[in-house]
Amino acid sequence: MGKILAFIQLDDGQPNRNALEALQGGQQLAADMGHQLIGVVFSASSPQQLQFKMDQIITAAAPELELYSADTYVAAMAQIIAAEQPDLLIAGHTYQARDWLPRLAAQISRPLISDCIGFQKGAQITWVRQVFQGKVHADVTTGEGLDIVSFQAGAFRHDRLESGSPAIRSQEVDLSAVEVQVRAGEPFQDTRSAVDLSRAERIVAVGRGIGDEEKLALVRELAEALGAELGSSRPVVDYGWLSHDRQVGSSGQTVAAKLYLAVGISGAIQHQVGMKNCGCIVAINKDANAPIFEIADYGIVADLFEIVPRLTAAIKEHRSA
Amino acid sequence: MKICVLIKQVPDSGSVLRIRDDESWVEEDKLVFTANESDSYALEEALLLKEAHGGEVIACTLGPERSRQVLKDALSKGADRAIFLHDESFNNLDCNGLAKVFAKVLEKERCDLILCGLQADDTGEAAVGPMLAQELHLPHVTMVVQTELLDGGLKVKQELEGGWFRQVETSLPALLTIQSGINKPRYASLRGIMAMKKKELRELSATDLGVPATELAPMQTLKRIYVPVKTKETVYLEGAPEEVVAQLVDKLANEAKVL
Repeated sequence: MGKILAFIQLDDGQPNRNALEALQGGQQLAADMGHQLIGVVFSASSPQQLQFKMDQIITAAAPELELYSADTYVAAMAQIIAAEQPDLLIAGHTYQARDWLPRLAAQISRPLISDCIGFQKGAQITWVRQVFQGKVHADVTTGEGLDIVSFQAGAFRHDRLESGSPAIRSQEVDLSAVEVQVRAGEPFQDTRSAVDLSRAERIVAVGRGIGDEEKLALVRELAEALGAELGSSRPVVDYGWLSHDRQVGSSGQTVAAKLYLAVGISGAIQHQVGMKNCGCIVAINKDANAPIFEIADYGIVADLFEIVPRLTAAIKEHRSA
Repeated sequence: MKICVLIKQVPDSGSVLRIRDDESWVEEDKLVFTANESDSYALEEALLLKEAHGGEVIACTLGPERSRQVLKDALSKGADRAIFLHDESFNNLDCNGLAKVFAKVLEKERCDLILCGLQADDTGEAAVGPMLAQELHLPHVTMVVQTELLDGGLKVKQELEGGWFRQVETSLPALLTIQSGINKPRYASLRGIMAMKKKELRELSATDLGVPATELAPMQTLKRIYVPVKTKETVYLEGAPEEVVAQLVDKLANEAKVL
């Protein structure tokens, strides 16, 4: 029987949501492949919430693992892999995973299939991942031996995890010889966000398609007409056209508005994770292949400059009627 | 300070992609190519560090003949010299292989700092940077949004998820992956473009690097690419702009009831 190790990232002792989603993928993989599923936490004890169907949970604790560092995480996981000889290591594609999994893959010379959105079973597993910012999907296969796979946020559903009471086993890791090469401080937030988009009922969000800072006025007017907050995708903030507290997505805010109107936003996954749970999503984009249309309720494939001013006028008219 | 910036040439983000009949990749003949976005920010950061502290900026890319252009652009913006890794055998490298090839070049160059973008906008693996750091046994920091040179080291601000950050200090040499938005990438000046023509752009093959093909055999294979099957039923509104707008207002008011 083969083995799947599922790394469960803990944030302040709590299982990371993306890690739990990946664990649900692990449950599916274990069932499909007839493999054992073994959770791995870097902690002296397993958090109480981990009452999910797994064959085992391995706890690995060392003083060097208390504060995250790529060097110690790589060394600890390499020791666990050497002891367990798994066929597969899975994890959520969190920012932390992006920091250390590639380093692990290089150290033990194994393939990393990163940011996967699913898999297809067969004689051999086919990993599915996005390329070109989600516009296209790719099927990837590997040869014999251990695969390291990270799963995109939302690839699986943590609320569909099968429950269980896995046995817990502690695994010795010796990290005393690991030289920690970077020293990290405590996490902090830059400023209290002036704008709390998470409470907004309606959001008009603008992306790279607006093309020019001066043209932002068009979108502001639409937001005003709708009584909506103005949001944006990352590039608009990167260009300095809007402040960071307007940014929706993995590095900005997560929103759940009743109406989300995306203007000139292509909808890369980094943006989608912040807004895909909005009630009604409208996308206006001239590229019919833009991934935003994947999740839109209403799609308009057109030049935003043709649509937005007319929409503002029509909304004003509707609201005054 | 000697800084090397890794730059990948990718299709422009506005490109309309057409998948090849054999589903092996996209048709490239009508695509407009450009430097990967976060790599452009990495180049700018290298140029700023050089302007503040002196030293040399080397631009490096790996790819087909067309990708020579990103090096010319980097030289025009102020990079001092460029290295073009170009070989038929590099075509099918996976991220492990890419890291090994870059490591061959960079272990000879002995840079103080290696900068790359956080991920390529085409393949999106976000893997080569940290893998290269491992190959070279250097410290690395990912998703850097600010850099500050210290005496013998570097202090950087690292982006975490959901609007959180942390300060990280590292000794040099080190590798950083740069997040978009860290600076304002410059345009090349006419003078820069003229100066570019006199700068060194060295092309290196697998033989020049002395990398045995066996070390580079890919461990993963791209079987096919395809346009994803939609899971959500999107209602597309079509017609003249006025009609589309009228339909949308009607849908928002009466169907979604969000007005």
